[in-house]
Amino acid sequence: MIEIVSATRCVECDICVKVCPANVFDATDNGVPVIARHEDCQTCFLCEIYCPTDALYVAEFAEGPTGITEAQADARQLFGSYARGLGWKRGKAGGSEFDPTHRIRVAQ
Amino acid sequence: MPKPQKSVSDRLHLQADVLVLGGGPSAAWAAVAAAESGAKVVLADKGYLGTSGATAPSNTGTWCVPPGDNRHAVVERRWQRTGELADPRWMLRCVDTAYRNLLRLSEWGYPFPSEDDGRLYIANLRGPDYMRFMRRRVLLAGVTVLDHHPALELLSDGDAIVGAAGVVRQIGQDWRVDANAVVLATGGCAFRERILGATGLTGDGYLMAAEAGASLSGMEFTGKYTLAPYGSSLNKGLPFRWASFHREDGSPILGPTGEPLRNGIGDREEEVARALIVGPVYARLDQAEPALQGWLRQGQPNCFVPYDRAGIDPFSELFRITLRAEGTVRGTGGINIVSDDCATGVPGLYVAGDAASREMMTGAVSGGGAVNSSWALASGWWAGKGASTHAQRRTGKAFRSAVQSLGQAGLHPASSASADISAGEVIEAVRSEVTPLDKNFFRTGEGLEKSGERLESVWRDVRDHLQGEGLDRVRTREAASIAAAGRWSVAAALHRTESRGMHRRTDLPGKSPAFAHRLVITGVDAFRIAGAPERLAELAS
Repeated sequence: MIEIVSATRCVECDICVKVCPANVFDATDNGVPVIARHEDCQTCFLCEIYCPTDALYVAEFAEGPTGITEAQADARQLFGSYARGLGWKRGKAGGSEFDPTHRIRVAQ
Repeated sequence: MPKPQKSVSDRLHLQADVLVLGGGPSAAWAAVAAAESGAKVVLADKGYLGTSGATAPSNTGTWCVPPGDNRHAVVERRWQRTGELADPRWMLRCVDTAYRNLLRLSEWGYPFPSEDDGRLYIANLRGPDYMRFMRRRVLLAGVTVLDHHPALELLSDGDAIVGAAGVVRQIGQDWRVDANAVVLATGGCAFRERILGATGLTGDGYLMAAEAGASLSGMEFTGKYTLAPYGSSLNKGLPFRWASFHREDGSPILGPTGEPLRNGIGDREEEVARALIVGPVYARLDQAEPALQGWLRQGQPNCFVPYDRAGIDPFSELFRITLRAEGTVRGTGGINIVSDDCATGVPGLYVAGDAASREMMTGAVSGGGAVNSSWALASGWWAGKGASTHAQRRTGKAFRSAVQSLGQAGLHPASSASADISAGEVIEAVRSEVTPLDKNFFRTGEGLEKSGERLESVWRDVRDHLQGEGLDRVRTREAASIAAAGRWSVAAALHRTESRGMHRRTDLPGKSPAFAHRLVITGVDAFRIAGAPERLAELAS
């Protein structure tokens, strides 16, 4: 589930508020978005890749919080790691032309 | 903070030729198809067009069969695996339209990967990229997109569906769209299982369609589950094609031949399910060669997010797994289609994607990602065209003032609203009957009867007492939809006194010739189950 909105990375663009399909975030008047409906997070990781500054961290456990801290996620270079895996950068799509999934399907 | 709900007179009120409800691929294709036909289109989604639905967070193959003599043979081979419930004519027309739309994507410039010979490989769609691309195409087609506008109910003028109403969930304001035709592309029902992109798929369209008088079919086929790392949302089976499976004590799980299981997908899910009912199961992706490991990592990056974040190397270490229930999303049930234009039989109401029954495509077995993805490409197109044609025929008819709101359960309870019943409790009560492996993966007549009784009692409470106010209506409607879907599913499963495909009755193993047909359910509160006619009616024109 979504666990961290990094105030040091966030530029308050509120894109996560717009794109989250489960409406988990609320924008605030003078600060970073807040996780307003944590329970509704479906752990789809899409907010992470739409975030232009890699300020969001979604932990792997879908049933409740893991309690990971920003410092821990940072030390393990987990911020933006899914976007890098896909080839998305600064919230922009990219990398699908290098997807080798057709090789997996042949092996299957 | 959401603002307080405005008065009804302040609500957003739009007019359109075609209203599409939903935000996944079939909704996007329906909107594009209708707009290309000249219709004024509004698309309203519960979430955000681009991230909503089961496709957006996934990486899905398509059932891509190029034209040519081989096509009939490919369809015939696939039909053999559908438990005799699919319809080869629908399968053929689906692969044809899906192929054309895949070519359309490449003409539009969707960044497909290339094969070694330089040709584009169009048989796979990477979810985040595909749905972001489709959002742009929908906007380019001139469609008005309303994100975070969940629909709560359909509107009728007594003869036909003439729109829908809902709530703008980030503001709290009500919305209403008057339209000459409505396409339901609201997805299937995953019973709020926490799986990738499907937690918000709560069968909302099923309940809305049934309230309008449409039928459902294939609701008994909800026995599809997919492997995932324990506690994660990653219900993607592909990496488990190359896995070994072990019990807590380290002993390997054996396949049907007595050899250790080295492939956990397809029919082999059954061995894993049996072991999971007894105790925890662990897997290791140790059947993947180094080159394949690289392709899996690069091609399926979402599948590796849970391992990387938990600090596990899945190729060398054992990790705990689970089977995630997928309801009708990877099951096949949904709203019954009555003609080639994806009409529902209710004038003005069309259906596309997982909201529709996919039995014509894939019968009693799961269509997995590929068939369902091609079905979205094709059915979205047909429903968009069908709705647009219907809307053109109605043009000139003034909207009647006497428009009726059709929503009942979760909105307008039959008796007095009660604070003793909550949406969350309803959902948990339904989940405890339709998701456990020992009740729903393996079924028995006795077990289904007990589940059926409990779900009847849940449904009576929902029907009589569940009601939300303002934004809470979204959740009470979801709960009502889940309760209705669970109840239909168990009733149909009890009715089908045999085993077929993903409907596994341990008390009645094997197919019965008496059930080589679809089961169609009509009605919400009092419903009836009937065998489907052998042939679906051709499009009447």
